[in-house]
Amino acid sequence: MSGKTLTRMDLSEAVYREVGLSRNESAQLVEDVLEHVASALVSGENVKISSFGTFTVRSKTARVGRNPKTGEEVPIEPRRVMTFRPSHLMKERVDAGNKS
Amino acid sequence: MIKSELIQKIADENPHLYHRDVERIVATVFDEIIEALADGKRVELRGFGAFSVKKRDARVGRNPRSGEQVEVEEKYVPFFKMGKLLRERLNAD
Repeated sequence: MSGKTLTRMDLSEAVYREVGLSRNESAQLVEDVLEHVASALVSGENVKISSFGTFTVRSKTARVGRNPKTGEEVPIEPRRVMTFRPSHLMKERVDAGNKS
Repeated sequence: MIKSELIQKIADENPHLYHRDVERIVATVFDEIIEALADGKRVELRGFGAFSVKKRDARVGRNPRSGEQVEVEEKYVPFFKMGKLLRERLNAD
C-alpha cells in the first residue's frame, strides 16, 4: 500500500498514454466522463457502469434530527443522497490487490 | 444510464474520435480507478467524489440458515463518498 492519492490529472495521464490524444483533450474527456455521470445522477437517473459499479440516487424524507452536542431538535429537510455499489469484479480486484 | 449510453454521449460530442477510441477512454477512466484502489491508493475527484478502500476485520460470522459459526477472513472493500459540489447539485431546488 503506497497511500498515494490519484486525481483527475492521473486519470487524464492514463487516457493520454492509452489513446494518444493531446494532454489537453485527454483531460477534457476525463472531465466529460465525470460530468455525464454527475448530470445523469442530478436528473434522477441511476448510472450503471458494467464491471465497475452502480451509482444510485435515493430520496430521503424529512425527519427530526438532534444536535448531538446540545440535544436540541433540528428539522432535517427531505434530500437526495447517492450511494455507490461496486461491481463484483471491482470488489474482487480491490480485495485481492490489497491482500497481496 | 448505462456504460454504452455514456460512451454514445461522448462519441456524439466528439465526432472526430473513433467510436472504439471513446470506448477505450471510458474504460481507461474506470479501470484506472479500480487499479489505484487495488494498489491501496485513494482516488479523489474534486466536485464529484472520492473512492477509497476500507478494511473489514476478520470476524466470526454465522450461517443464517444452519446457525453454524464460520470464520470470515479480513477483507478490503471499495468505498465511495460523494463530493460536496455533487451533493449540492443533487439537492438544489
